[in-house]
Amino acid sequence: MKLKEVQQILDAEVLCGEDCLEREVTTCFACDLISEMLLYVKPQSLLITSLINAHVIHTAQVMDASGVIFVGGKKPDEGVIRNSAMNNVPLLTTPHPIFECCGLLFTNGIEGDKKNPLGRD
Amino acid sequence: MVDSLQYTPQITLEFPIGEKDFFMAGESASRVKKTLQQLGLKQDIIRRVAIIIYEAAMNVAIHASHGLLTVHIDPESISIQTDDKGVGIPDIELAMREGYSTAPYEAQEMGFGAGMGLPNMKQCSDELSLDTKVGKGTTLKAKVYFISKEHPG
Ligand SMILES: Nc1ncnc2c1ncn2[C@@H]1O[C@H](COP(=O)(O)OP(=O)(O)OP(=O)(O)O)[C@@H](O)[C@H]1O
Ligand SMILES: [Mg+2]
Repeated sequence: MKLKEVQQILDAEVLCGEDCLEREVTTCFACDLISEMLLYVKPQSLLITSLINAHVIHTAQVMDASGVIFVGGKKPDEGVIRNSAMNNVPLLTTPHPIFECCGLLFTNGIEGDKKNPLGRD
Repeated sequence: MVDSLQYTPQITLEFPIGEKDFFMAGESASRVKKTLQQLGLKQDIIRRVAIIIYEAAMNVAIHASHGLLTVHIDPESISIQTDDKGVGIPDIELAMREGYSTAPYEAQEMGFGAGMGLPNMKQCSDELSLDTKVGKGTTLKAKVYFISKEHPG
């Protein structure tokens, strides 16, 4: 699915990266812990979070995420948005809370990556 | 894409990390990533190195007072090292355990403190070692080989 379709499904506002909306979103990962993002986010996956600090942008950039969705209408400050634009990480904000947000994407065909990186059963 | 850097000179990158300098930790991972991309290394190698740097530098910013991150690129491998002046780690085995964390509230608020950093670094590296003295500081060394047995492909 394209990021543009994700935007429509989630009634999301684009904060930066308008030119990245044609990007393909393969999987999705939702969480509020940086270490877990560094563990689970795969290239081209979409990151859903309620954290709005600069670390989320660094993480998304380092992990080659296709973009970041902030839930519950949250918006990071201008500096974070600018830094993200510079690093080609599109940022979107949706009014939906995290559970609804994941549910909407899941019922529209986006799945998580079930592979367990630490090799547990 | 290349498996080794025969024709590239060795490169050493250094990043001082101050106490609570969380931004620099992420920034160093981001900058090294760009350098490795310019060298044309494989995406998988770049990802693993960037994750190790992020986690290692973040640990210095969160758990120690100040330190230095050194990234050394040679023809066969990338070495990542952090040296910090800090509280040290009293029980390495416990620190390596998934979920164990002494991160302060301030760090938790920003999304750190899952207790997954060290397990994640171990998973991403071919070699990992910790040398630590309580009350003095910690040295962490990690190595990623361009051709690795454990991470083929
Ligand atoms: N450089 C260091 N100096 C002192 N203690 C450290 C250092 N690095 C790690 N530790 C100790 O080891 C514990 C586990 O580290 P680890 O990176 O796995 O988790 P964390 O940093 O607490 O959380 P996360 O990395 O998931 O955000 C830390 O909580 C801390 O007690
Ligand atoms: Mg850590």
